Amino acid sequence: MKDKILEVSAIENGTVIDHIPPKAFFKVIAILGLDKLDHQMTLGTNLHSKKIGKKAIVKLSDVFFPDKDINKIALVAPQAKLNIIKNYHVVEKRVVEIPDDIVGIVKCMNPKCITNSEKIITKFKVVSKKEVQLKCLYCEKITDQDNMEVI
Amino acid sequence: MKNKSLVSITDFSKSDYLKILKLAENYEREPVRDLLTGKVVATLFFEPSTRTRLSFESAINKMGGRVIGFSEAGSSSVTKGETLYDTIKIVCNYCDLIVMRHPLEGSARFASEISSVPVINAGDGANQHPTQTLLDLYSIKKTQGRLDSLTVFIVGDLKYGRTVHSLLMAMSQFNTTFHFISPDELKMPEEYKIFLRSLGLKYYEHKDFTDIITEADIIYMTRVQKERFSDPIEYERTKNAYVLKNKMLNNTKENLRVLHPLPRVNEIDQDVDINPKAYYFTQALNGVYIRQAIISSILGLN
Repeated sequence: MKDKILEVSAIENGTVIDHIPPKAFFKVIAILGLDKLDHQMTLGTNLHSKKIGKKAIVKLSDVFFPDKDINKIALVAPQAKLNIIKNYHVVEKRVVEIPDDIVGIVKCMNPKCITNSEKIITKFKVVSKKEVQLKCLYCEKITDQDNMEVI
Repeated sequence: MKNKSLVSITDFSKSDYLKILKLAENYEREPVRDLLTGKVVATLFFEPSTRTRLSFESAINKMGGRVIGFSEAGSSSVTKGETLYDTIKIVCNYCDLIVMRHPLEGSARFASEISSVPVINAGDGANQHPTQTLLDLYSIKKTQGRLDSLTVFIVGDLKYGRTVHSLLMAMSQFNTTFHFISPDELKMPEEYKIFLRSLGLKYYEHKDFTDIITEADIIYMTRVQKERFSDPIEYERTKNAYVLKNKMLNNTKENLRVLHPLPRVNEIDQDVDINPKAYYFTQALNGVYIRQAIISSILGLN
């Protein structure tokens, strides 16, 4: 019998973010600030997936995110799945959910918005979650999914 | 409302607005009052505006206050590269209230967050201009005796007109029937029509500016701006199709009044000015009373 080989090795304790669309991979890294963490992590992208064809995966040892932080990635990877690992076992499976308010992360698409000319942390109210629509709390204009740019 | 900034028409409740309108009536009866003695108001106009700035400054002067500020960005530190953040942080040390107009959208909200004194938005790009909306409401109430259940015709640029959208939002709270008259290119955006439908309010859209105005209690005229058109010939055609002439007012209702946020170019013929239904110049005067009412409400001076 052929052994099942994991493309990305397992972790003992921590968080696994699975089913990230490869095009959202680097955005997820940026949103979660993984470049600033000094924990052990394994990242893989363009891996084979039965569900979505190609996928990216992030495995973070000893890192557990508060809901409000991890939910931010739903903006770019709404289908991502979270597995919380304790002692090599999945103890919790979760989906990510778009929060009601977005602070930072996204750039307002309105070129005439003050947030694009001064150093201001952007703030949006999520007015639609299905087709993501963010209303800027400054210029009051909508930034939609197609025009969403992660800072 | 005390110490609260006025940035967007949605910042205050309907009852707040009715209070301001009531207060403006008092100022109209007795405009000169020394409520602002010893107070300094900064008028920061990063973009030129005649009516708005002068009516604010007139309102402040009538209440005995002092004005500091600038009327264009060229005479401020912006030319030296100063950020809005720094300008506001500094100016709020020098005054009790900031009145600001700025070309960028959201600038007034930002200023209100960083300022230690309240900020009144006198226009932030194409976004909001709440004191204009309040003076429009005041003018409507004064000429009609009420705000409820009126028929309001809005003519011209309904797509980009900031005053039009704010007026629609404000009047939608008073069971208004709307008629929109505009060229196809400048029609009322879908989001506002969805909003009216969600409230169960009636609206009608027309392309031709003809004798349909007989039902109107208010005609709100706006300027069709040349820069909105990619085709200059189309602009010439359009601008002459949405002009109000005196004879068009012949069969209109006795209580009808014609409003315009001004400046006008040619969309209201000068022959309308002598008609008692022309109200736009008095509307501009009302701007002083409403701004007195807003300033005194925010500074808690009544």
